[in-house]
Amino acid sequence: MNLSQMQALMPLLILSLTAVVLMIQASIKRDQATAWVITAIGLVLTIWGAIYARDFSQTVTILLTVDSWGLFFSSLMALAALVTLLLSRESFADEGQRKEEYYLLLVLSLLGALVLIQSSHMVSLLLGMELMGVALYVMIAFPEKGELPVEAAIKYLVLSACASVILLYGFALLYAATGELSYAGLGAKAGAAYAQNPLLILAGTGMVISGIGFKLSLVPFHMWTPDVYQGAPTPVTGYLATVSKGAVFVALTRMYLDGQLYQYPSLINALVVIAIASMLIGNLLALQQNNIKRLLAYSSIAHLGYLLVVLIALTGKGLASDAVTYYLTAYVLTSLAAFAVIARVSGEDATQCQISAYEGLFWRDKVQAICLTVALLSLAGIPLTAGFIGKFYVITVGVQSSLWALLAAVVVGSAIAIYYYLRIIFAMSKVPADAVEHQAYPGRVLALFLTLLVFALGSWPEPFINYATGL
Amino acid sequence: MLMINLILILLIGGLLAMLSQRYGSHVPRMVALAVVLLDLVYLLLALSGMPELTGLQAPVPGDPQTWLMHYRAEWIPAFGISFEFALDGISLLMVLLTLVLGVVAVSSSWTDVNIKQGFFEANLLWTLAGVLGVFMALDLFLFFLFWEVMLIPMYFLIAIWGHEQRAYAAMKFFIFTQASGLLMLVSVLTLATIHQSNTGIWSFSYFDLLNTQMAAQTAYWLMLGFFVAFVVKLPGFPFHTWLPDAHTQAPTAGSVILAGVLLKTGAYGLIRFAVPLFPEASMEFAPIALWLGAAGVVYGAVLAFAQTDFKRLVAYSSVSHMGFVLLGVYAWNQLALQGAVMQMVAHGFSTAALFMIAGSLQERLHTRDMCEMGGLWHNMPRMGAVAMFFIVASLGLPGLGNFVAEFLVLLGLFQVDPWLTMIAALGLITGAAYSLLLMQRSFQGEPNISRQLNDFGTREMLTMALMMVALIGLGLYPQPVLDMAQPVLNGLLQFSATVVGGQL
Repeated sequence: MNLSQMQALMPLLILSLTAVVLMIQASIKRDQATAWVITAIGLVLTIWGAIYARDFSQTVTILLTVDSWGLFFSSLMALAALVTLLLSRESFADEGQRKEEYYLLLVLSLLGALVLIQSSHMVSLLLGMELMGVALYVMIAFPEKGELPVEAAIKYLVLSACASVILLYGFALLYAATGELSYAGLGAKAGAAYAQNPLLILAGTGMVISGIGFKLSLVPFHMWTPDVYQGAPTPVTGYLATVSKGAVFVALTRMYLDGQLYQYPSLINALVVIAIASMLIGNLLALQQNNIKRLLAYSSIAHLGYLLVVLIALTGKGLASDAVTYYLTAYVLTSLAAFAVIARVSGEDATQCQISAYEGLFWRDKVQAICLTVALLSLAGIPLTAGFIGKFYVITVGVQSSLWALLAAVVVGSAIAIYYYLRIIFAMSKVPADAVEHQAYPGRVLALFLTLLVFALGSWPEPFINYATGL
Repeated sequence: MLMINLILILLIGGLLAMLSQRYGSHVPRMVALAVVLLDLVYLLLALSGMPELTGLQAPVPGDPQTWLMHYRAEWIPAFGISFEFALDGISLLMVLLTLVLGVVAVSSSWTDVNIKQGFFEANLLWTLAGVLGVFMALDLFLFFLFWEVMLIPMYFLIAIWGHEQRAYAAMKFFIFTQASGLLMLVSVLTLATIHQSNTGIWSFSYFDLLNTQMAAQTAYWLMLGFFVAFVVKLPGFPFHTWLPDAHTQAPTAGSVILAGVLLKTGAYGLIRFAVPLFPEASMEFAPIALWLGAAGVVYGAVLAFAQTDFKRLVAYSSVSHMGFVLLGVYAWNQLALQGAVMQMVAHGFSTAALFMIAGSLQERLHTRDMCEMGGLWHNMPRMGAVAMFFIVASLGLPGLGNFVAEFLVLLGLFQVDPWLTMIAALGLITGAAYSLLLMQRSFQGEPNISRQLNDFGTREMLTMALMMVALIGLGLYPQPVLDMAQPVLNGLLQFSATVVGGQL
């Protein structure tokens, strides 16, 4: 490995170094504030590293591909982790527990996500996914109080392990058929192997899709989502919704393109069914929810369904790959904005996550209420928000590839979705009967910053569209 | 720039109105009134310096240079999306109607808003801004943006200041419009994609997308996407079910804006987009649209007849009256289109006034149920007389604007389909029945309420007088409005004739 390859891996190196420094610091003197500062510096440096590494884009060994597209998502995920860090600070502050490990886990989990994003080989994919996942189990169960976090963590652990096994089996079958584990090698040889033994390739890709579908909580692999979303501490839920899902989707996109998975019609058909089911079932089940975190869990199922529409249309660099970049960015920022508000307003009190707890928020804390409203409207795809441009991309890509059945599901799903997003907005706008006491929740600046990003991305998208096209 | 300024004044004015609440709960409404008046005066001043207004040059639909005003600035060049606004006779009429009814709406909510006055007026002004955007935007992306965004302040108006069932009504209103809007979005994007694959250039400009070549079947589906979105808003049978709820539950100013202006965006969309973008498909579809229109006229009237709620009755009468607009548009000849445009203006005034009367009654009696009214003329003679005027206007009394409108529509429709004209004309008779019933049950008969009721004061009478003058003017001398619309309609008719080669 030469110097330029080291430079290309700058974000990974910085994160690893941060983890080491955190461990040394803990062995010298356990202090939460110091650990927090070290983590924050490490994450900011990671963002810088992702920008720095752009000049050294290349394939680093057979395992990792460093390119500007992956580096953009690396910096986005590091930003999401930074937001998680900021939200976590107050979330556990009053519990007086030791939590340096939490910061260490956050850094390790992000390291896994970045490996996942840049993987070009099934080994690095699995490695990244497991590193991210294992750290995440502990983060979910981190609060000492209450049963919900533990229940959520165990549920996630058991199901996630099953999904990993299935994924691994899928890799084995693909290896048996082609003798290749790298995406590119798979893409080159799978065509011939398919002609020879279609069953092996189909079973292999099917298992891979199942394993990844679990991480993305696509129907029918979605069962864990609401419980884990609800049980996890809110900052961790936000992290799970953005970093975990985003990184896996980036990896899936890379595998789909480099492995040329788009040439198998039966795989596409399976994806179509999964996408339609995710959009419809996710939105329908969200209608029933009274807990805002569960509601967002189901809404995320639907959103991954919309993203899958773009994936199905993907055959190479073009409008569809821009659409993946834009939609994922919009979704990550919007979710972060929503969870930034929820983490403050609901805190860690499970009863405060009910929609009824948000009644009259407009008159209690205008800033937080406006931020949540913009985030929800963006999730619903109303113009002037990032979510609308995302939907614009999804529909345009669908039209270009004539995916009419999927478009119908997008329209129906979005129409259903309006109802549950509006329910929350309606609750927030309810005028309380008795006099209102103003109640300023902390963390307004962060929520406002994320909301402004969502708004800017939706009302003046040109710079980002050009940037995404150039990646 | 004038067109952008008109919208900006309302947007910033809304913000000011919201902030002004700290100086007292009565300040926001004054700010709101001042802002709408400023907007109106600004527009009138700008127009007075315009010689083209009197000229009879027909704007060619596909050539922005022949329009009264045109403005274009890049927004998202990657997709050929721009801030493109343009104004012709019809949009100008609609903009004027919006601003005048804006004044009426502010006046109608002068006393009956008790909470969060600042936010109320802000939402009112923002809705007006969105509606102005819809009437002036000629970039389909921008048009869709205004179409959707104006829903949000309207949603808040109903959801926060509405009556008993406001949650249900606001939700239904939003979902109907949003879901149908999504169909339009798919149509818009498909149209732009086809244009892009034909020419290699992304564009959402109306002027570029006219004359897009595509397969007849594709055009038919795309036309349906637009048609459904506009007919839901209009509202046309069978997509009208959101309207009675939304109108009944909205606060008075909300009802005035909904009935007076928001419904017209649907009609405007049909004339401006649905037919010109897809002339051949529209011609094929016209018979069905005409039947839907006639069904709306009769069905709306029959349902109106069965109501006991004052506002609900007026709401159903809107379904009936907007059926005439649908008939006028799809008859697609000079007379019928003139009638449709006239109906948009006249119905705007007459229904806004009726909703304002309903609001005043609710404020005084705390009910909208006509069974509990009766003989109110004795308690409030001025309100009774005013109500009488607008009720006979609404039923189409000759000499008032609504008569001219419906007569023109029927005249134009007769050239296309005499049988359908007969059915639609039934709407006039049933209209007389339910309108007079409304008058009888509420204002005539034995007095039901003995307590002292405040009659209309100066502010209310002034607002009402404004609308009365407008309706009488439209009825006795409709020529100025017809002159304004005529060149535009001629241009549209010529344009569709060159594409299709004849009548729709």
